[in-house]
Amino acid sequence: MKAVIFGTTTLVAAAAIGLYVWQSTSGTPNPCGTTAIAGSTIGGPFELVSETGETVTDADVITKPTLVYFGYTFCPDVCPLDSMRNAQAAYMLEDQGLDIGTLFISVDPQRDTPEVVRDFTDNFHEDMIGLTGSPEQVRAASRAYKTYYQAHEDDPEFYLVDHSTQTYLMFPETGLATFFRRDTSPEEIAATTACFMGQLT
Amino acid sequence: MKPHKLAALAAFTLMASTAHADSVSIENARAFATAPTAMAGGGFLTITNTGDQDDTLIGIRADFPRVELHTTEFTDGVARMMHLDAIPVPAGETVSLEPGGLHVMFMGLRGNPLEEGETIPATLIFENAGEVEITFDIVKRDMAHSN
Ligand SMILES: [Cu+2]
Repeated sequence: MKAVIFGTTTLVAAAAIGLYVWQSTSGTPNPCGTTAIAGSTIGGPFELVSETGETVTDADVITKPTLVYFGYTFCPDVCPLDSMRNAQAAYMLEDQGLDIGTLFISVDPQRDTPEVVRDFTDNFHEDMIGLTGSPEQVRAASRAYKTYYQAHEDDPEFYLVDHSTQTYLMFPETGLATFFRRDTSPEEIAATTACFMGQLT
Repeated sequence: MKPHKLAALAAFTLMASTAHADSVSIENARAFATAPTAMAGGGFLTITNTGDQDDTLIGIRADFPRVELHTTEFTDGVARMMHLDAIPVPAGETVSLEPGGLHVMFMGLRGNPLEEGETIPATLIFENAGEVEITFDIVKRDMAHSN
């Protein structure tokens, strides 16, 4: 079974080493995919600000199997591609009668107001939820999900932000099921998600 | 490739504006429509150096507060977008700025989003070919996940 373990010391260390994948010595392969998680504490409580400006928690927004992505709207290329891919997976599952959520969490709280993330997410799926928050709230959520982001501090208006691009599949009761790298196709995400939904719900 | 992808590509090809300088040919210049409150947009195009001399794209001008040539690099799952001063276009070769990598970054939309059906006039600046006027067609982002 392939296990995925994330850096356990500090966020900086986790970010620097990225996602670690190696063969573990025991366990049964998960029929839903090769990225079963061992010993990880990814996910958990967060408090962020919704598209309507209200404070929401993870329990408010992860009410069904949900694809969770961290990005920023000033990104004109990668974030829209990945968000659209996740939306496509959601539409494919909908065609099979399976209802999942899609979540976009901004790592650019300074520019991404609730209105901006709402407009951005509405582009991809009518039900995609966009969240932002205070710098502290965003930092805490990113830390909970072991994602990395770092704004370039060279320009007050047009700065760029480096950020992780994996998408997590989260379940309301059981938390993390698996994650998807950005080269994963919508078909693969839909198939893996459907498999986990059959297993865990 | 799925049919809808082909259709999207065909649509792009039909719409594409083509510009020719002496030695460079530009095709399929397009930008994706953005959300109303978007602050930035991406432009894409294909450059062919039809000459026998290497050339370099060294800049772009368009009517935005800032326009730059960018690329995105991926390291251990982290995307890092960065400004490029130059994009080499060797003699006889084709370089594509396409989603997930090289792009033109239109910044500072400030309430003027990129709207489907509109166009963006721009000037590419090449080291040898000089200035080349082009037009980006603003199109809806297609559902194909290119990567
Ligand atoms: Cu860019």
